Amino acid sequence: MTDRVRVSAIINGEPVEFLCEPRQSLLECLRDILGLTGAKEGCNDGNCGACSVLLNGRLVHSCLVLGVEIQGQEVTTIEGLAHWDGLSLLQEAFVAEDALQCGYCTPGMIIAAKALLDREPNPSEERIRSWLAGNLCRCTGYDRIIRAVRSAATALAKSREEVSR
Amino acid sequence: MSRKNTVRATQGAEGYTVVGTRPPRVDAPDKVAGHAIYGPDVALPRMAYGKILRSPHAHARIRSIDTRQAEAMPGVYAVVTAKDLSEVADRIGRVGESSVNFKFLCDNNLASDKVLYMGHAVAAVAASSPHVAEDALKLIKVDYEPLPPVTDVLEATREGAPLLHEGMLTKSLGGLGERPSNIASHIQHLKGDPAQGFAEAEVIVEREFRTATVHQGYLEPHAATADWSPDGFLTLYTTTQGSFDARAQVAEPLDCPLSKIRVIPTEVGGAFGGKNISYVDVAAALLARKAGRPVKVTMSRAEVLLASGPTSGSVMHLKIGAKRDGRLTAAKAELFYEAGAYPGSPVGSGAYCIFACYEIPHGQIDGYDVVVNKPKTGPLRAPGATQTAFAMETLLDELAEKLGMDPIELRLRNVAHEGTLLITGNRHYSIGAEEVLRATYNHPHYQAPLGGPHRGRGVAFAYWGNWGARSSAILNVNDDGTLALVTGSVDITGTRTSLAMQAAEVLGLPLTRIRSAVGDTDAMGHSDTTGGSRTTMATGIAVVEAANDVIAQMKGRAAQLWGLSAEKVTYKRGVFRASTPGGMQEMSFAELAGQVSATGGPVRGKSDVNIRKWGGAFGAHIVDVEVDPETGKVRILRYTAVQDVGRAIHPGQIEGQIQGAVAQGIGWALYEGYAYDAQGQMLNANFLDYKIPTMLDVPPIEAVIVEVPWPEHPFGVRGVGEVPIVPPPAAIANAIYRATGTRLAELPMTPERILQGMGVI
Amino acid sequence: MASVWIPSLLRDLTGGQATVRASGRTVAQVIEALEAAYPGMKARLSPGGELAAGLAVAVDNIVAPLGLRAPVAEESEVRFLQAVGGG
Repeated sequence: MTDRVRVSAIINGEPVEFLCEPRQSLLECLRDILGLTGAKEGCNDGNCGACSVLLNGRLVHSCLVLGVEIQGQEVTTIEGLAHWDGLSLLQEAFVAEDALQCGYCTPGMIIAAKALLDREPNPSEERIRSWLAGNLCRCTGYDRIIRAVRSAATALAKSREEVSR
Repeated sequence: MSRKNTVRATQGAEGYTVVGTRPPRVDAPDKVAGHAIYGPDVALPRMAYGKILRSPHAHARIRSIDTRQAEAMPGVYAVVTAKDLSEVADRIGRVGESSVNFKFLCDNNLASDKVLYMGHAVAAVAASSPHVAEDALKLIKVDYEPLPPVTDVLEATREGAPLLHEGMLTKSLGGLGERPSNIASHIQHLKGDPAQGFAEAEVIVEREFRTATVHQGYLEPHAATADWSPDGFLTLYTTTQGSFDARAQVAEPLDCPLSKIRVIPTEVGGAFGGKNISYVDVAAALLARKAGRPVKVTMSRAEVLLASGPTSGSVMHLKIGAKRDGRLTAAKAELFYEAGAYPGSPVGSGAYCIFACYEIPHGQIDGYDVVVNKPKTGPLRAPGATQTAFAMETLLDELAEKLGMDPIELRLRNVAHEGTLLITGNRHYSIGAEEVLRATYNHPHYQAPLGGPHRGRGVAFAYWGNWGARSSAILNVNDDGTLALVTGSVDITGTRTSLAMQAAEVLGLPLTRIRSAVGDTDAMGHSDTTGGSRTTMATGIAVVEAANDVIAQMKGRAAQLWGLSAEKVTYKRGVFRASTPGGMQEMSFAELAGQVSATGGPVRGKSDVNIRKWGGAFGAHIVDVEVDPETGKVRILRYTAVQDVGRAIHPGQIEGQIQGAVAQGIGWALYEGYAYDAQGQMLNANFLDYKIPTMLDVPPIEAVIVEVPWPEHPFGVRGVGEVPIVPPPAAIANAIYRATGTRLAELPMTPERILQGMGVI
Repeated sequence: MASVWIPSLLRDLTGGQATVRASGRTVAQVIEALEAAYPGMKARLSPGGELAAGLAVAVDNIVAPLGLRAPVAEESEVRFLQAVGGG
């Protein structure tokens, strides 16, 4: 067995330490070592988006990042989105708009949508389509996913407004 | 896009409170939180990881396999080959909806004397990590004797073609073939006298069509985790459409009684028919037994594309004849379907569907199931029907043009009705074919003019037969008046919700009072696979019966408490009532539930059914496209899909099914197809080169629900999920023709083929 | 007598007829009656005493899981179906 490396990082706001081999991807480490199975493997070569996570707030395919690369970094996975008292507004929008069927692409899709809304609070339908083009879905035909993201954008704007009052 | 797009073609019983509404999916919160457990997510203590060694050759004899070095590698717990399988009889059994030859199934799981396609499983290793397992695979020495491969379906039928199964003779009702052949079987349907029918025709159109091998494209790969107890009891966690079928597919190769196997189905990340057959379960079970620890085997994306069950590529010859007024007089089809490495393509259902939309007096269909050096085909959403619809619906379009008739009017002139005798000898019973065509013709999309250069509109009409079969449902009443609904039907599309809705409707209780779950093979009666668009219908019948059973039992308990006979008790909208000498008695469902243990044992509604009559369904699609004359790229401008669903239990879920199926159809039409080189090597086993539609390729799809209730289901439900994948390639081909003047008869309709057709390249 | 739809590849035995009449209380008996009138039928429809692989039988439009043992009434319509599958 190859010598394993100790990695310390912040995952979903919590400090985490684990041992991994240099050849193990971040996706593998999340799923097989840390028990965070929300991020999924769909292709393992950066073509489907099911493994999407945020690395220091930036959208990445965790299958294309090595576990050792997150040393000292911050990672957000789907498990980090729900609060202790319920789902995030984005997750609720997916539920309300029926933006999923089998749900396998959903964690990656939500993370990718979050990355977009964190940058652009009011994206157009076209912008959403091109941003999420890297997230494949075989079940829904995509339209409800786009509606969910639009609906979440509206809900987030409203909640920001309420907070700032 | 309007939400209120239900067209009621016939009036059914109104006044439903749950049926027809759009509650959130019961499984949605789990899924959006990343909390649901899919096949690859299963983790057990001490679990090892299994990987499969696969043939690099498309066709070869296996001379020997030496696993000793792999076995000796540190971190390796077990290595298995076909030698570890039991002697499996050459017998046919029932798996999914069709017959399966168990010997072939075993052979496909682990090759014995020959490998028949690139990617064919040859050996498997269980090790401490997937990486160690992969390293160990490299140490397994297989001595192959390569043989010439054949991957083209027509080539495979020619004399002198390499034979995959030496000694295989063509089976047909006419008797066994004389010479060994790659044609595994020949089916034929004949009605009337086609020669006469064509003689009577005033216009005849004829064409050859080709379609490529395409995959279901589910995002979740196959994954199974096997865990043996010391006394030989196997627990198998697997992503499957049918837990009982998964059990049967492991029992036979491992020579294990069914009582010693418990299959726990996981959440499924997409199936579309492809998860009826097991590809990693046998390896996982063998490895776990040998290793003495749980083993999880997961397929990579390449393995899914190379070695699971795509649907047939095909070559089809089609000829139809008609009078000048559009009445069809004769139709003749010759269908060559790739079975892949082992017999069993869906040519039978393709043959059943090809002319099923129309009343045709004379016709003949010949279907050939042909083995080729490609993975064994598996069911893909309306198996076999999309291929034949591509041929028939584009040829009809050609006919309409020749006759100067509107394409929908031509179809209306010939549309099948209740009682129509089809060329296959079936008779239609209670169908909504004409209603769907009329709703399509009258739809604003069809009536809206389409202007602009390089733009065209196409329509297509199609049928799928659906299915009934066996289902099992239990409805447990809890002490607090809530209920647990458990069925044996794996949920791949949202049936946990649509089934609970049916129970809630019958019980007159809020949906939120019912927890809806899927039981494993120990808990439930034999349930046929979730497929064939059967579940909301057939399992729905079981659920309705179980709900009625609960009401009957509860009435008996109320009767006990009130000292009268059960027939005096009424039940409506959650309240039990009876008129007694002392006055009107009443009790809510919840209150009575609290009295169940005082009046007897637990109350459990139960029903186990075998539904032998089911309603087929029709769909018609309209698509507008724009084709770039320089690049050949097709842009879909507008898409409308009209479909008869019998009765919409959850219109939102139905729309979702239609939209998803259309997206799959768009991929099949324009982008997807397995590419092979001359050595039978698949060239595009990845998601970059096997391109499934992205968000940029699929427009908003308007789903229009028509309801012609199916009389044999309490609410009138017809199967929904498969019909909508059938029309898209034909509709899009017809639109491309109107946009470019080029009629394409081969799928996928790539930019290259479009430009070639236009004479640009 | 029940009416029986004969698959086209068996019509060489019935002289080309697509529908024939045969009596029997079960599908198996109907096949016996067919065999008496059109020798060779039984070997093609139910070789070895079971319905031929890939073949099912529908009685009055209902697919009969009982197969050869399925009951047949006086005026039933019996049809032999070739395999169809879903996904």
